[in-house]
Amino acid sequence: MAKEVLLEVKDLRTEFFSSKKSSVTAVADVSFDINKGEILGLVGESGCGKSVTSLSIMQLLKDTPGKITNGQIILDGVDLVKAPAEEIRKIRGGKMSMIFQEPMSALNPSMRIDKQMIETIRLHSDMTKEQALAHAAEMLKKVGIPDPPRVLKNYPHQLSGGMSQRVMIAMAMSNDPKLLIADEPTTALDVTIQAQILDLMKKIQKEENSSILLITHDLGVVAEMCSRVIVMYAGKIVEEAPVEVLFGNPSHPYTQGLIASVPKLGSGVKVLPSIPGSVPDLASMPEGCRFAPRCKYATDKCRTMNPDLFQIGENHRCRCWLMDK
Amino acid sequence: MGRYVARRLLETIPLMVIISIVVFMFIHLIPGDPAKTLAGVEAPLEEVEAIREELGLNDPLIVQYVNWVKDALKGDLGRSFKSDLPVTELIWSRFQFTIQLVFAGLIWAPFVGIFIGVMCAIKRGTFVDLGGMLFAICGLSAPGFWLGLMGIQFFSVKMGLLPSGGLGTLKHLILPSMVMGTGIMATLARYSRSSMLETLREDYVRTARAKGQREQIVMFRHAFMNSLIQVVTILGLQIGGLLSGSVLTETIFSIPGMGRLLTDSIAYRDYPTIQGILLMFALQYVLINLIVDVLYGVINPKIRYD
Repeated sequence: MAKEVLLEVKDLRTEFFSSKKSSVTAVADVSFDINKGEILGLVGESGCGKSVTSLSIMQLLKDTPGKITNGQIILDGVDLVKAPAEEIRKIRGGKMSMIFQEPMSALNPSMRIDKQMIETIRLHSDMTKEQALAHAAEMLKKVGIPDPPRVLKNYPHQLSGGMSQRVMIAMAMSNDPKLLIADEPTTALDVTIQAQILDLMKKIQKEENSSILLITHDLGVVAEMCSRVIVMYAGKIVEEAPVEVLFGNPSHPYTQGLIASVPKLGSGVKVLPSIPGSVPDLASMPEGCRFAPRCKYATDKCRTMNPDLFQIGENHRCRCWLMDK
Repeated sequence: MGRYVARRLLETIPLMVIISIVVFMFIHLIPGDPAKTLAGVEAPLEEVEAIREELGLNDPLIVQYVNWVKDALKGDLGRSFKSDLPVTELIWSRFQFTIQLVFAGLIWAPFVGIFIGVMCAIKRGTFVDLGGMLFAICGLSAPGFWLGLMGIQFFSVKMGLLPSGGLGTLKHLILPSMVMGTGIMATLARYSRSSMLETLREDYVRTARAKGQREQIVMFRHAFMNSLIQVVTILGLQIGGLLSGSVLTETIFSIPGMGRLLTDSIAYRDYPTIQGILLMFALQYVLINLIVDVLYGVINPKIRYD
């Protein structure tokens, strides 16, 4: 079956401006595709640009000093970077929706759940209030909320974190989006709730045949959920591979470090390996490869020249001079 | 909601008891003797003593207090030492002027203030923001009496457009309303700006945008409505200040309100009237805070459901 591309990100560059002239580049030359019906993982440490990438796709950089300065983001043939605000508005919450890291603060505290859900539904359909309410209840049921009529009448502070995230998912999925962007959707939740929410997302994704861009720093989540993974470091993609390839044959030293630093039960290792150093400051990026200062294989070439994203296998790309054969 | 209001109402009872004690005791801390004032400077000591006995001023303070509270609960605040009129009647005749002033200030100031603040927040860093905040700072720094005098000088004396004092027509209310409202307007402008800026950074505002909501509705329904929670608190405090601020305004514009009655009564050591007015002021303050609390519950579900 030929894969159909749903979202195409090309050479995306997002800069944060502290004044008109000075800026730091949070996301640099990022290109990737998401196919229809696929869960793509976007992994990296805090500050590597993964959230900025998602906000760039959603065009939600307003009210931040961030701005897309280059590239295209094409969803179903529409370039979101160039599209007029009104068109973007119709796509957001409709064709493309998003859930966030902190479900408790992502819901409006002074509005009841029913109002917030009806608002979302009616923005993208011609349903009456009654129809929208019925649809909201149906969505809540779908995300495993036991008593939808009661929860609909609640205010956000009356719900637990897990419940709130379920509501957020129900809300995000209520207009049958083709693409769901989930920015660390389980990071703020208890481990048991995490597993439930992930299962739920996977189930809904299968039922609706939608695509998910899953942003996380948790490799365990990636392994469980995704078919393909992108690893970001300091604003750039350093490796991209199908999930089995990434875990079986990580090629970039950073990816290798990430995977090695995941604790494994019964491995007998006393001290968990870690990557020395820390993520470089966006304002003072090292010359050459951005990972070079922390890389044990780094050569002089690495420290002076920026490596390309080399194609090293089928669907496998890696930004490392070691791969340049 | 009903339970919440009932609880707030109950809570005001001990508050009123404390206030009544403070009001009563404070009067007796002011130096000066009402009996002497009543009798005149030349009066013989026996006469002063007789007046003192008649007014009950020789009783222990606690007895005086209990008697006063007993009568007050029956709606009797005693008779004015000065005019011998019942204090309730005296206060009522003046209260209508003061309340006019308070309303004249409240009818525009909070709305204009909140509007300026919200616009400044939305247009942060632009000339709108700069202009709005400059205006607010001017409003905050200009003392009420100075504004009033300048207003009289400009609009009454020079241009002859507005009366310089008294009450009666709407025209009479314009200058006092300006004096009464400017402080509230300026304070609320500053508070609603910072409160709005804070809510604009909230995750749920981003959620509202992410669901494809129109920018104006994101601003109003999701940001502004939540930013009001802080603003309402400040508003309550400000209205309290407005009541006592009326003393100044009444003096400048020669309006015979409660404030004027209070200053006159203090000069005359008219204990029952002073106590009555202070009690009224306190009662109003408590009432306004009660209303603010209820309003707070309306806009903030977290409070209501506690």
